[in-house]
Amino acid sequence: MTEATDAKQDEQEPAVAEPADTNAAEGEPAPAPSDSHEGEEPIVEINHVHMVFNIANQQLNSLKEYFIAIARHQLMFREFVALDDVTLNIYPGERYGFVGVNGSGKSTLLKCIAGVLEPTTGYVRTRGSMAPLIELGAGFDMELTARENTYLNGALLGYSKQFIDEHFDDIVDFAEVRDFIDMPLKNYSSGMVARIAFAIATVTEPDILVVDEALSVGDFMFQEKCEKRIDYLVHEHGTTLLFVSHIPDQVRRVCNKALWLDHGKVKMVGDVNEVCDAYEATDHQ
Amino acid sequence: MSTSHTAARKQGRTTQVSEFTHNWFVLKSLVTRDFKLKYRRSILGVLWSVLNPLLMMVVLTAVFSYMFRFQIDHYPLYLILGQIMFGMMQGATTSAMNSIIDASSMLKKIRIEKMVFPLEKVLFELVNFAISLIAVVIVMVYLQVMPTWLMLYLPLLLVYVTVFTAGLGLLLSSLAVFFRDVIHFWDVICTMWMYATPIFYPIEMLPDWMLSAMKFNPMWQFITYFRDIFMWNTAPSLKLNLVCLGMAAITFAVGLFAFRKTEHKFILYV
Repeated sequence: MTEATDAKQDEQEPAVAEPADTNAAEGEPAPAPSDSHEGEEPIVEINHVHMVFNIANQQLNSLKEYFIAIARHQLMFREFVALDDVTLNIYPGERYGFVGVNGSGKSTLLKCIAGVLEPTTGYVRTRGSMAPLIELGAGFDMELTARENTYLNGALLGYSKQFIDEHFDDIVDFAEVRDFIDMPLKNYSSGMVARIAFAIATVTEPDILVVDEALSVGDFMFQEKCEKRIDYLVHEHGTTLLFVSHIPDQVRRVCNKALWLDHGKVKMVGDVNEVCDAYEATDHQ
Repeated sequence: MSTSHTAARKQGRTTQVSEFTHNWFVLKSLVTRDFKLKYRRSILGVLWSVLNPLLMMVVLTAVFSYMFRFQIDHYPLYLILGQIMFGMMQGATTSAMNSIIDASSMLKKIRIEKMVFPLEKVLFELVNFAISLIAVVIVMVYLQVMPTWLMLYLPLLLVYVTVFTAGLGLLLSSLAVFFRDVIHFWDVICTMWMYATPIFYPIEMLPDWMLSAMKFNPMWQFITYFRDIFMWNTAPSLKLNLVCLGMAAITFAVGLFAFRKTEHKFILYV
């Protein structure tokens, strides 16, 4: 299976110019993947992914509506194509930025990679552990204390009990909530909740880090801390980064490669500056 | 294509802990959460799981033995056994049915084995059931019913009931995602089912056609089993065991099939 797909990959590589000096960035101890990626296995493999939402179906919440819709032959109509034949291979150590206007399919693609959504056709394959920082705080219950929520959220993120035990202090210290750890979450400010959520999600050293722009949480001090943590993971641990934003400057700062999505289609792939320049050029029209 | 896709996914997860260990930990965490939430701020706390069936039994015994004068020995015990068994099934299936819809915020945020949500609810009710067995013991002491070795059959019965309930829960939870009508409908079904099952009254009261229909009522089979080992000192026959096992297995298979067939579409409907 793997050999067969490996052979196919080379043909399916999007035909876009990739300049040779992609990784010439600030003298980091990066794993320095060569641009050809020969013989290297992609850490994220997105293969002809289509994502189709059936808008009509989403509104049918009762049997009555369902039968009316069948009677009117409306069931099959109003499809919305969120992702249209997206193919991309991401190799270990790359920092990919996904740009595009609102509704272009960035978040849908990210959710497909994180495994939250299943593509209608095609597939996404990932290797290694992943920390999805898409929407944080899964399973947080406002009635429970921060300590209880940490264990619950950690369990849902795939941590073992032992792992959470060992890293509990790191989480608490990073989130700066030591004094309130046994207080119900409903008494916390929203910024504090977001800090705990971020601390839990990033306590691992994942192979793949998926970050959504919506991650601007907490005050500016904490935001800086978050960026530092992401920087640390990327540069010290060699984590592959997938970063979504519609602000090109942010993408330029964090990433070395970029993918531009437009109405669910891949408009351009390649070096971050080239893609962002092209994106900005249309943006201001 | 999608099978290889999930297989690859699972590989990634196993770098930390095995899929099963992970799901088990999630299951335990969710059950713990439900427990904490259920008894928050109540002074008697978990004691309510014992008190509730006991008080219900007292009320029902007062009502039924006064009004209908059934000729059943140890009527309070007869009542409470049927009542907690049916209550467990009803509680578990109802909360399992809502579990996927309630977990929508989690499903939209992270990748997770969706089956843990309905199964967690079943497990939670099972734990509750185990606690309410204390109420049964209290009633037995009060009525001076001697326990027998036959009670050792209880774990076997619990396996049947849990598997049956889990199957029903899986089926209902996936149906409820697509048709919310199921939620309202199930309420009515459960009430009908409860009155059609000899829980408060002796089976002899039923008309002939319903008497023969009881063979196909899984809850009647389970409750009979329960009463056999707890109050009638009857060893459950091999036939009864096979019937219970068969009903549980078929229900579970149907529920599992329905769930697996539809789970990838949940996210679009919750």
